[in-house]
Amino acid sequence: MSASIMCGGAVRRTVPQAESYLDWNATAPLRPAAAAAISQALARWGNPSSVHRRGRAARQTIERAREAVAALVGHADPSAVIFVSGGTEANHLALLGSGRERVFVSAVEHDSVRHAVPAAQVVPVGPDGTVNLDALDRLLAGDRRPAVVSVMYANNETGVLQPVAEIAAITRRHGALFHCDAVQAAGKLSLEAELIGADLVTLSAHKIGGPPGVGALVMTREIDLAPLLRGGGQEYRRRAGTENLPGIAGFGAAAAGAAEEITVYDRVAALRDRLETEIAVIAPDAVVLGTAAPRLPNTSAIAMPGIAAETQVIALDLDGVMVSAGAACSSGKVGPSHVLAAMRIDPEIAASTIRVSLGWSSDEAEIAHFLRAWATLYRRRRGVAERARAA
Amino acid sequence: MMPVLADPRPRLSADPAANTPPIYLDNQSTTRVDPRVLEAMLPYFTEHYGNPHSTSHPYGRIAAEAIEKARGEVAALIHADPREVVFTSGATEANNLAIKGAAHFARAHPHSGQVRDHILTLQTEHKCVLESCGELEREGFSVTYLPVEADGLVSLAALEGALSERTLLVSVMAAHNEIGVIQPLAGIGALCRSRGALFHTDAAQAFGKIPLDVEAMKIDLLSISGHKIYGPKGVGALYIRRRPRVRLLPLIDGGGQERGLRSGTLPTPLCIGLGRAAAIAGAEMAEEAQRLRRLRDGLLRNLTRRVARLRVNGDLEQRLPGSLNLSFPEIPALTLIEAVPSVAISTGSACTSASVEPSYVLRALGLPDALANASIRIGLGRFTTAAEADFAADALAAAASRLTGQGDIPT
Repeated sequence: MSASIMCGGAVRRTVPQAESYLDWNATAPLRPAAAAAISQALARWGNPSSVHRRGRAARQTIERAREAVAALVGHADPSAVIFVSGGTEANHLALLGSGRERVFVSAVEHDSVRHAVPAAQVVPVGPDGTVNLDALDRLLAGDRRPAVVSVMYANNETGVLQPVAEIAAITRRHGALFHCDAVQAAGKLSLEAELIGADLVTLSAHKIGGPPGVGALVMTREIDLAPLLRGGGQEYRRRAGTENLPGIAGFGAAAAGAAEEITVYDRVAALRDRLETEIAVIAPDAVVLGTAAPRLPNTSAIAMPGIAAETQVIALDLDGVMVSAGAACSSGKVGPSHVLAAMRIDPEIAASTIRVSLGWSSDEAEIAHFLRAWATLYRRRRGVAERARAA
Repeated sequence: MMPVLADPRPRLSADPAANTPPIYLDNQSTTRVDPRVLEAMLPYFTEHYGNPHSTSHPYGRIAAEAIEKARGEVAALIHADPREVVFTSGATEANNLAIKGAAHFARAHPHSGQVRDHILTLQTEHKCVLESCGELEREGFSVTYLPVEADGLVSLAALEGALSERTLLVSVMAAHNEIGVIQPLAGIGALCRSRGALFHTDAAQAFGKIPLDVEAMKIDLLSISGHKIYGPKGVGALYIRRRPRVRLLPLIDGGGQERGLRSGTLPTPLCIGLGRAAAIAGAEMAEEAQRLRRLRDGLLRNLTRRVARLRVNGDLEQRLPGSLNLSFPEIPALTLIEAVPSVAISTGSACTSASVEPSYVLRALGLPDALANASIRIGLGRFTTAAEADFAADALAAAASRLTGQGDIPT
């Protein structure tokens, strides 16, 4: 059989209308190198725990991927990497496995962190979306029991970056563990675990051009971590279950590719900035959220006042532009964003905010496509509003 | 950058010493992805890469629709409703979710007047079931690890005797990963239903290989693995009965995917692969089971004729078609495995195959350590040819006679 994984370019052929995919924070297309690695792993199948040579070959594939993933966060020791089924599981393993009596999570964390420990205390953020460091310091000082603090590197909805080095300093001072969900930051920013200062870092493959169904928790120092999934002794006894061999191979290749091509995001940042400048020209009343803090180079949270985000997403979709109204996992359900609420964004503005997220292959044409569609919707709605006022 | 996959079938070389891949007889450990499964998966890695939960645009919707079709294919193979199937990262997660999820829900929502805090399982269960039970024990649940008979099967009378008013859950593996025996599922299901206990079965090895019917067998929870049925690694599923409803607390919470029972972005290509693998297994089950049984019986006859005091571990009738567990008296299993590099076999569960401890499963069957340490597991699969089975039997018999220095038994 001659099945092969096709790469790049294939998207446009399948859909008649011009399409612009600007929902990269939900998921990214597979990198060609990751596709190749997945193909190879599928062809050389074997259970990595088996002693025979097929098993040993599979083991080697996994260890090579482990090195690439460790390198993505600037960590020299591959054994720091625990492969899991994705970012959600990694976040659970970090918070539940660390066994700390007190758990603190920021108010803007992903649901997979917020819901991992229902009794977790929430660390507030300021209007700029960054964690209130004084509040964190006070919360940690208030009680001497062992604690773990979970703050994401970059927010999935707004792209706002947290002052992770400062957070690390505070947690270290209080002897608390620092877990950092770097799912959105990975591949878009140079990630040095040492600089982040985090003890535990969460990564997801499908956000960096690897396949869905695989992620990692990186332990930058030895932590006694209780497994979430019990069974076989895989992943240094920290995560039972036969390893997702092709997924892990694809993750490794994607991590290597992402690290190598990180400078692409200079170009992406310029595109994103141009998009935001144009939005301001088209609609003086539009609001871009999170700009008071450093942000990811690829993300824009844009409010078109007076029009529900869901309406915008559907209208843009009809024009072939794909964006989202927030996190993908919850984009099926209607409800205000906890991220924007935590930043004390006016609920009406929050309800009219869409997320536009770019990636390494985003180009001028897609940005222009988005702006055309967005401007059309904006002018149509404003025209309706003005006619209503005149009548 | 168009990587082409190699021919999936390992070829039998005329010269077995040549550097060809060994004949793969470790299909309980993992299986080759069927080319038809791979073909179904590929577009979902590339063209249809949307996040299935981003239903506001076609990329997401295409992925979501394909996942629902796959869910239906998985459900159909066990006579379940698609809404009763939750995708997981594999059978280990499914087992952890079933056992810990049911226990944690029961503890969080106690029934008035009736406490159920007892779990009943077998000594021969897979590590991930035993360790999940161990975790519950440390949390205050009581767990009975029931012994099995010498043939590896549980006695229904013993099971009935161990069931109590407090039994919340009974977890018994459908078909065994190491010895291949198939437990009396319908009998266990009927007992559990009559006593108000939930019946969970780890069907990682059985799903797709023998007929399973959650209604007829009164199964409440059933764990499924992708990579044991020529599907991909990294995906599995848990069947969770809706009528009467079985309630679980999730292990992994967050975005609320999979009806809140398993958060995390669904890996579309892997789910598609599991669905296709299930559909193929269902369509070909009867014929393939017959073919494998024939191959297996031939291999066993061949070996029995040539190896003195060869012993089959586990019941020979109630057994997966392609599975054998054999003791070669006086030959340490690892020595035998090393002596036949042209055949990929193992001593038992891959998860523990690197350990030198004798198998706890064989011990539970009453095998002395010396015999347990002289046991290998053979798993024939979809891509095993008759020539390969013959070759493996010859290689094993020759190695056994070399190692015991007794020579082949004259035929």
